[in-house]
Order: sequence, then C-alpha cells, then structure tokens
Amino acid sequence: MSNSTETRDPTYTPRDATPARRFPVREVVLFGALLGAILAVYALMGAAYSTRMLVEAACYAILALGLTIQWGYAGQFNAGVMGFVALGGFCAMLFSVPVNDAFWGTELPGELGRVLLYGVAAIFLVVGASRLDRLGVPKKLRTLITIVLALVLYLVIISQLREVTSQIQSQAGFVGGFGLPAWVGWIVGGALAGGVGYFIGHVCLGLRSDYLAIATLGIAEIIKAFLKNSDWLTRGTATVSPLPWPTPGPAELGFTLSRAVYLSITAVVIAVIFFLLHRAYHAPWGRMIRAIRDNEISAAAMGKDINKRRLEIFVLGCILMGLGGGMLGTFNSLFDPQGYLPLNHTFLVLVMVILGGPGNNLGTIFGAVAVYIIWIMSEPLALFLMQLAVSFGEGAFGWDAPNNMDSRALQARVLVIGMLITLVLRFAPKGLLPEKIAHHG
Amino acid sequence: MNELVFFINNVVIAGSVTGSIYAIGAIGVTLIFSIMRFAHFAHADMMTFGAFMVLLLTTLFPAAGASIGVPTALIMLPLAMVLTAALAVGIDKAFYKPLRAHGVKPIVLVIGSLGVTLMLQGLIRLFSGTGGQSLYVDDRKEIFRLALPFEGVRAPIVITEPQLYLFVITLVAVVALHIFLNRSRLGKAMRAMSDNPELAQASGINTNTIVAVTWVIAGGLAAIAGTLLSLDVTFKPDLSFFLLLPIFAAAIVGGVGHPYGAIAGGFVVGFAETLAVFNWNVLLRPFRDSLPAWLELPSNLAFVGTEYKIVVPFFILVAILVWRPTGLFKGKVI
Repeated sequence: MSNSTETRDPTYTPRDATPARRFPVREVVLFGALLGAILAVYALMGAAYSTRMLVEAACYAILALGLTIQWGYAGQFNAGVMGFVALGGFCAMLFSVPVNDAFWGTELPGELGRVLLYGVAAIFLVVGASRLDRLGVPKKLRTLITIVLALVLYLVIISQLREVTSQIQSQAGFVGGFGLPAWVGWIVGGALAGGVGYFIGHVCLGLRSDYLAIATLGIAEIIKAFLKNSDWLTRGTATVSPLPWPTPGPAELGFTLSRAVYLSITAVVIAVIFFLLHRAYHAPWGRMIRAIRDNEISAAAMGKDINKRRLEIFVLGCILMGLGGGMLGTFNSLFDPQGYLPLNHTFLVLVMVILGGPGNNLGTIFGAVAVYIIWIMSEPLALFLMQLAVSFGEGAFGWDAPNNMDSRALQARVLVIGMLITLVLRFAPKGLLPEKIAHHG
Repeated sequence: MNELVFFINNVVIAGSVTGSIYAIGAIGVTLIFSIMRFAHFAHADMMTFGAFMVLLLTTLFPAAGASIGVPTALIMLPLAMVLTAALAVGIDKAFYKPLRAHGVKPIVLVIGSLGVTLMLQGLIRLFSGTGGQSLYVDDRKEIFRLALPFEGVRAPIVITEPQLYLFVITLVAVVALHIFLNRSRLGKAMRAMSDNPELAQASGINTNTIVAVTWVIAGGLAAIAGTLLSLDVTFKPDLSFFLLLPIFAAAIVGGVGHPYGAIAGGFVVGFAETLAVFNWNVLLRPFRDSLPAWLELPSNLAFVGTEYKIVVPFFILVAILVWRPTGLFKGKVI
C-alpha cells in the first residue's frame, strides 16, 4: 500500500466521496422499532431480566461485528464462530478465577512446566530434523526421519502430559486461575483467538472460499472437545463458577444496577470498536479490502497482496470474536464448555449479520440486538405453542404426547434459524440496512 | 496372537466400517461439488434424514424383515433412498436453484446449505426427540464370533451382521456407480458437465437433468451411509457436525470432484481415525520381556483419546491443504 501512494501527487489524499445527505429514514424507523421492542421487554419482564438481555445482546454485537468484518468486508465465511467465542470465554475464566493454592503450593506446576519445556524442545528437534537436507541428507530420508521422530517424541510427551494432568486432577482438582482482573483475560482471549485464526487463515485463505468454512467448522468442534475433556484445565463438564466481574457484582449493587454498570462497559467497548471500524472502512485500507472482495483479479493486478490482506482481516475478525466471547463468559459468570453450541454461538451470529446488513456496522449492531431479543423471547413462545399443539392433539385425537416435548419445542428454534438464513439469502441478500457503496466520479 | 486378533477387531474391521461410511458420504459430496461447484454442508443431515426415514418405516412395519430373514431396516432402505432422493431434489428446487439463478458466489450457496442443514436438524429432532434409538426394532443384531484355528488364541474375531451388510452394500454401490458413470449416457453427460459446464451445455446436454440426477444419486447414497451408520451403532439425530468434517476431509484428500478419489479418501480418513485411537501398547505387549529395561512403556500408547477423534480428520485436512491442495488423485476443480 505504501509504495503505491509514493508515486501519487503528495497533496492528493484519496477519500470516499461524501454521500449525498439525505434523511436516514430507514435507520430511524428500524432503530425506533428496536427501542420500542426493548421498552416493551422492560415493561413485560422487569428491569433485571431486561438489562441482562441487553448486556448479552451487546456481547453478541461484538461477535457480530467480528463476523461482519470477515463476511461483509472481505467475503470470507467463518463457520466456527463458536470456537473463537469459547476460547475467549476460557481465557476470561483462566485469568480471573482466584489462585488455586492446592495446585500452586505443590510441585505440580514445576512438573507441568517441565513437560511443556520438553514439548518445546521436541518441536525444535522436529523442525531441526526437517531441515536435515541442508546438511546433505537425501530428501526422502529426511522426510522419513522427521516423521518417525515426530511420532515418537509426540508419544513420549503426550504420555508424560497425561501422567501430570491426571495427578493435577486427583490432587488439586484443576489448575485454577491467575486471580487477575477479567479484562486481562478478555485481551488475552482476543489474542489467542487471533492466533488460532492466523493458523487457520494461513492454511486456507489462498484456496477456495469453501475450504475456510470447512476448516473453521472443524476447529470450532476441536476447541470445544478440548475444553470439554481437559478436566485439569477447565474442570470440564463440572464447570467453573463464579467468575469475578471487573465491575461491582450483584452482591454490592443489586442485580439491575450491577448489570447496568456492566452494560456501560460493553457499550464503551462497542463504541470504540465501531469508531475504529468506521475509520478503517472509509480509509484506503477499507477500500482495498472491498476491492479484493468484489474483484480479486483486478485488485491483484493493482499490486495488492491479496492473501496477506485477507489474513489480516480474518485475524482481526477472530480477535473481536475472542474479545466478545470473553465478555460474554465473564458476564454469565459460569464457564461451561458444553454450553457452547453451534446454534447459539455460530448460526445466531450469522443470522444477526446477514439480517442486519453485512458490511454495514450500524446494520450489524441493529441485527445483533434485534435478533437477540427475538431469540430470547422465542423460547417461552416455542414452549407455549408446543403446549397448545399438545393439548389440541390430546383433545381432538386422543394423541398421547411423549414426555420430552419441552426439549423438542426448543428444537423448533433450530428450524426457524435455518429458515431465516435461507430466506434472507434469497429475498434480502443485502440485509435490512444494506452496505452503502460510495460511487466515485 | 491374541494381540493380533485384538488389532484386527479394533483396527482392520472398525477402520473398514468407518471408512466405508465416510467413502459413501464423500462420494455424494464430491459429486455435488463437481456438478454445482459448492461444498454441500447439508449432506450429513441428509444422511441422518435417510436413517430417520428407515427408523420411521421400521417402526411402522416391524415384522416385514422376519419373513425373508434380513433385518427390517434393510428392507426399508430402498424406500428411504427414494424418499431422501426426493428430498434432495426438492431442497435443490426450493433453496439452491433460486440462488444459482441469481448468479451468487459459491460461498453464498455454502451458507444456504448451512441454513438447510439447520432446518433438517430442527425437523428431525422435532419428530424424533434428541436421544439415540436402535434401528433394530423387532429383530436382533446378530454377532458372529470366528474362533481362529491356532493354538493359544482365545479371543475370536468379532463381526456383526450390519457390518457384513455394510461391506456388501458399499461394494455394490461403488460398482454400480462405476458402471453408471462410465457406461450410461447420463453418467457420461455428468462427467462432461463436471469437466466443463459451458462446453457440455453447448453440446446439447440438458444441465437441469444432470443437476437433478446428481441430487438423486447423492440423496440415495446419503440414505445408504446414514442407515448403515445407524445400523452399526444407533440412530442419533445430532451426529451431523461430527460427520461433516471427516466426510469433507475424505473428499478433499481424494481430490475434490473425483468419485474414486473420494472412496480412497474415505478409507484413508477412516483408518487414520482408528489407528490414532488404537492403544499401541497392546501390540508391544508380547515383546515386553525382550525390551531393554530402561524403556518403561506407559499403559496408554494411543495417539489421541477417543474423545479427541475429530482432531484426526482435521489434521489430515490441514496437511493435505498445505502440501497437496488438489488431493491425492489430482481433483479436477479446486
């Protein structure tokens, strides 16, 4: 990018053409309706419940902003938002939970550190072996040596790790946390999600866009399986709670006020992200990203490094997802790896983005809050409708309903989300608030 | 010798079973990819749908199989294949065709297929509940134990009835597909369209028919794979996201758009999974006395625990994407 500006007239700064000012009717109407819906929820369900809903919707808005960068700005489809959210939640848990003396007071941390050091050493050995051809070893022999060495070292390390982790589990329960403020965990969670995103993006972004969807879907299930089964690290299905908040908790301020304070933190985070994204979108960088999305070949012909820019934006989106996941996890005050579901944490976010307007930050935030309200309210509605259907069936046909109707009623929401995705793609592919494309000239 | 029998039971037989199921699933994915150029994420749920149809029909007529002497579920399989094929064609008409007509990018079709997968999941769970159910409603699962005629071998080779059917049906399906693709007019037209859609259309091939035929084949194969998987274990409505990754890995390993490659890829992924979760210590046990004294083997020498099985297809996928993105057999399209 820098080399292309050098050749230009230095006084010329490219800028998006100022769109013709018009009164934003659509935005005002939609946000007015949203405000009305929020007020209705407050009137119906009480302040504490509604504030909780708003905080969760705000956390989802951060996730949706992450996805709108990837899908809306750059046309990359991430089918594994859940994995990055879970990583953020995990980091929030790991950093904020109080220190576990039963673990740190023994020789176990040293043992764990020793195994991890062995692991690092083994990686260096394997990488070294893969470079043996520079010393004159034939390439086939080098590959063979590398593979055998990697397998043997892997088995040695993994069996030692199993020993240590089972000791941790039996003696200390689990590793415990670091006792740091929650926001440290959020930042590290974002960084970790970004790292995983870098790995996936590095492998897949140069290839067909379908491969990224497959790989992200896979990594999300892997992350969940890891968090669920690593009892020594996360207590697995036993769950960790409570997670301390960075703000005064409900014990000090009461439910409504404490949640409102938390809501203000999330609002500030969203405002900062929104401002930065807005700047980036209208900067030359944003224009370049859109150029790559809309016509990859001509963007490449203009000398843009397509794969690098794509990786950049994919990692950025993943960082936001990790951050949002951390904030969501801390707010729920419970780390339950089994609570991360593709439906709640991947497809719901996808609906928010494509319904609100991919590539339009305001539309994405609108979509996030609106869809989350519908989602939360659909649970009692689905149960009520199912109850109605059952009583009708029993009365009219003498139908003997199975007893797990409640769990089945909730499955109806899966159907609705799926239908929403296909219908929006077909009838409103640009969402309710479409991306405004500035035309130059 | 007992260790070897253990190895055969846990790796050779189990690997062939999962390999065949992945192979049949991957053929469908790869055919759809070669004709319509998108990764069909709803395939695993079409498998579940086929199995669910078999379950429904079997509960309706539980005694149908007893008169011939095969499990009722197998009698119902052709009917379920027809139903699933009809469903696949209907889904294409209702959801994918309008999107194709709009000329959207392939990735939008991928998202559309994710929407379809959620709809199918919701419908199946709404009607079947979320628990697992056996496809053997009225009849019993036969288990064959073959004792080996060697001295000192106590453990028999265990193989179940559905596994035998699985091998037979996989073989029949693969041979039939081979004959269809190479001998029949439609099959040749399909291959032509996979090579070059514009040229195929220009030479008078009706692309709409080819698309419909592809969905029929993919739906039928999905019903077979889903039913055989459910016969081998139990019918579970929430398998789909766990099946998707190995199936796609198999299709990509074999080279996308390459039906024979998909078969090979299915077996590669299936065997890799079983080999990775196999406890290698069992095989080393006979040599315990001859091993050097300093070498103390831990009791568990498996590469990954069974709970991390899904890691295996993922790393196969990553490895193939890094080193050979066209797949082992050089897929036509990438």
